[in-house]
Amino acid sequence: MSPGKTIEPLWWSLFSAGGVVAAFLVPVHLFLFGLAIPLGWVSVSHARLLALVGHPVVKLYLFVLIALPLYHWAHRFRFVLEDLGLHGLRRPLAVLCYGSAIVGTVATVWVLIRI
Amino acid sequence: MSEARPARPGLYYPKLPATWWLKRPGYVRFMLREVTSVFVAIFVVELLVIVHKIGQGPQAFADMMARLQSTGCIVFHVVALAFVVYHTITWFQATGVVQVVRVGDRQVPPALVVAGNYVAWVVVTLFILYWLLVRS
Amino acid sequence: MTEETITLEVTRYQPGDREPRTESFSVPYRKDWVVLDALNHIKDRVDGSLTYRWSCRMGVCGSCGMMVNGVPKLTCSAFLRDYHPGPIRVEPLANFPVIRDLVVALDDFLEKLRRVKPWLIRETEKPVAEGEYRQTPAQLDAYKQFSMCINCMLCYAACPVYGLAPAFIGPAAIALAYRYNLDSRDEGYRVREPIVSDSVGVWECTFVGECSVVCPKGVDPAAAIQRSKVAGAKDWAMSVLMPWGGRK
Repeated sequence: MSPGKTIEPLWWSLFSAGGVVAAFLVPVHLFLFGLAIPLGWVSVSHARLLALVGHPVVKLYLFVLIALPLYHWAHRFRFVLEDLGLHGLRRPLAVLCYGSAIVGTVATVWVLIRI
Repeated sequence: MSEARPARPGLYYPKLPATWWLKRPGYVRFMLREVTSVFVAIFVVELLVIVHKIGQGPQAFADMMARLQSTGCIVFHVVALAFVVYHTITWFQATGVVQVVRVGDRQVPPALVVAGNYVAWVVVTLFILYWLLVRS
Repeated sequence: MTEETITLEVTRYQPGDREPRTESFSVPYRKDWVVLDALNHIKDRVDGSLTYRWSCRMGVCGSCGMMVNGVPKLTCSAFLRDYHPGPIRVEPLANFPVIRDLVVALDDFLEKLRRVKPWLIRETEKPVAEGEYRQTPAQLDAYKQFSMCINCMLCYAACPVYGLAPAFIGPAAIALAYRYNLDSRDEGYRVREPIVSDSVGVWECTFVGECSVVCPKGVDPAAAIQRSKVAGAKDWAMSVLMPWGGRK
């Protein structure tokens, strides 16, 4: 990489925002949908869930909850791969990681719009 | 590009091995922290699938929950929960370092900033649990 | 009475060698000795060709940085008793080219230090007749911690990003740029910004944090870098949203 102007602040800002969202919201949601509900510790009716995800404010919440952490992952994972020795593949790694996050964002919009 | 300048003759240029992160406990903790992002990403994608299944009807949702009951899934989620909580802990720790909070002339001690984050985390968690489980 | 001894395993390298080798030396184990004392003993009594840098021997000059058992340390502050019974591995500072034995080439670091312009930059100099620059204790506190840097380069030795990508400007350089940006007398933020926010600047850092762990003066370069990222992100957002300028 050569010295010069860079778009890194964009990815870092998205990484930070995603990190905040992940830190505050992911643990409780993972606990609920990965453990508590499947194991029957708590029960939520499908009707209630459907009513919730149909609400536009909840859709916005879900968009933030799902899309932003993807950019958090993309930025961190890209640098992990570089730190593991793949520094020469900087460009392709960036395209792969941020590209995946962008695809995930589009998929999130698509799913949420169709509910 | 990983070379800053052409090599000078006679000098020895050490190379950092790809296993550098195993050499110090601080480096290992760093790698574990970075790996948490993988579990975060896997879960939010999983959440997207769950939301999609909710939209597809009660049977699709029930099938999804049944699949999540398998031992493999439960074990994975226990491990994943540990990793994402580790993300929360390390993120709040970092916030204490990064976020300089000033009240007038004085700086709020970092420990207080970190504690504030934990309090907010508990409040948000309880609120979500209440909204999802108690309200109908 | 035979004196207790401790073994030092010291890196030896001559220009033109294919790679460094390790040589073992047995030195007296004295409770008040530091690794630097042991190296001086070797040079004085055993092998005068052993080559290394040192100066103040009290942790303020930053000359004697080396790897002691794989950890970057000032050898004048590494007590033999903390490594008893040994052996103690003494190697040249990591991530730098080795010139000879324990001496590394400093050029890259010095160039990066100069690049961030670590001096007060003023748009207009205040004439002497107008008196001195005044600073309240609070204004001093804002940057004091980051001014304690002795340029010992232990942080560069601890930083895996610098080891993997030597173009990275590095912890101390960014911490010093930050120190001057925070100084109320300084007006050079805009001058340093393109250097610090450059693609080999702060954005290369992945906040491993080991730089701050090894710093012998408590500078906390990791904090300086992350805070510089926040400032850099804000600057970038402003430049995108308001490209016509209008900033300090």
